[in-house]
Amino acid sequence: MNISILSGKGGTGKTTLATNLAVYLKSKGYKTQYLDFDVEEPNGFIFLKPNILNEIDVNVKVPKIDEIFCKNCGLCAKNCQFNALALAKDKILLFEKLCHSCGLCSILCPTGAISEVERKIGKINVGEMGGLTCIEGKLNIGEPMGIPIIKSLKKLFKNDYINIIDSPPGSSCNVVNSVEGSDFSILVTEPTRFGLHDLKIAVSVVKQNKIPFGVVINKSGKEDSIIEDYCIKENIKVIGKIGFEREIAHKYSKGELLIENETMKSVMDNIISSVVEVD
Amino acid sequence: MKICITSAGENLDSSFDSRFGRCQFFIIIDTDTMKYKSILNDGNISPHGAGIAAAQQVVNAEVDVVITGNVGPNSFNVLTESGIKIYKGQHNIIKDNIDLFNEGKLELITKAGKSHGGI
Repeated sequence: MNISILSGKGGTGKTTLATNLAVYLKSKGYKTQYLDFDVEEPNGFIFLKPNILNEIDVNVKVPKIDEIFCKNCGLCAKNCQFNALALAKDKILLFEKLCHSCGLCSILCPTGAISEVERKIGKINVGEMGGLTCIEGKLNIGEPMGIPIIKSLKKLFKNDYINIIDSPPGSSCNVVNSVEGSDFSILVTEPTRFGLHDLKIAVSVVKQNKIPFGVVINKSGKEDSIIEDYCIKENIKVIGKIGFEREIAHKYSKGELLIENETMKSVMDNIISSVVEVD
Repeated sequence: MKICITSAGENLDSSFDSRFGRCQFFIIIDTDTMKYKSILNDGNISPHGAGIAAAQQVVNAEVDVVITGNVGPNSFNVLTESGIKIYKGQHNIIKDNIDLFNEGKLELITKAGKSHGGI
């Protein structure tokens, strides 16, 4: 079973919930994996502190032009949909970060001057913490496209496990690709206007992908009606509330887990009974 | 000499556009005859790599010189690899920049500016 955790707005508590839920499920005897899909800035490992067992390179294919065979006809540059190739006065220029690895240039080249070579854009770290498998994708700094890493992460899902997907913030391609195919999505939000605004966008992402979902209100307090009124109106289930508590903030700031915290426990127990056991 | 200048409009009285990849039009002018034509910048509608698409168009037009404001690293590379010299426009009207160029008063751009300068 794949459970994705997203939010729209950043900093609402995706990683807090995802890391604790993974550890909690594992402690309750469920076969669980934690996967950090926030490849641009993964931070789940700060809390889980796993021993890294394996590092897997993530490569993409880019064209390599053999200047001996290239006749500067420009067919490759003319047909590249991503402007990754240009025909300068007497040579072809490659802009590899714009390349989407479609391979069209190598098929079109009339002299066979273009071959495809691998280019590393990041890696996947696989680790272990108290029997819990912890996985993170890490895009190299300066790289514009995280999707190849997200696709590689998805290949590490285990069928008989609960795969906890810690999604990136926002609602970009990275988020859509991360949550696509989930059996359930947990939308973590906070009771602010900004939280609500981005929650609505996240709701439209999961609805469009036909993923069943519920909302968790983090930093819950007297402003909760901002979120609750919307959820009642849209018939969305609020499956948990994490209080705006000093103890939680204190532990978070030290990179500690919260599985002993009573509010966290009750939220996670509710997720287990309403999502995991129903499946 | 054939020069290309980045423009917000289609004629010599138009406003100069200091952006390269995201300008509306390129005005291509022959400084010997002062005959000119304007072409729509394809780069302006590119979701990615606007500068490269724009530079490719300018290279294809076989110009000797480009007058613009800021050129990002990708377009700078395409233009200079094609032997095109780049000058920094100083005036907000197209034809005044051409006059300044003819008088030798425009400064040569010798290194790439910041990327995504036009967004």
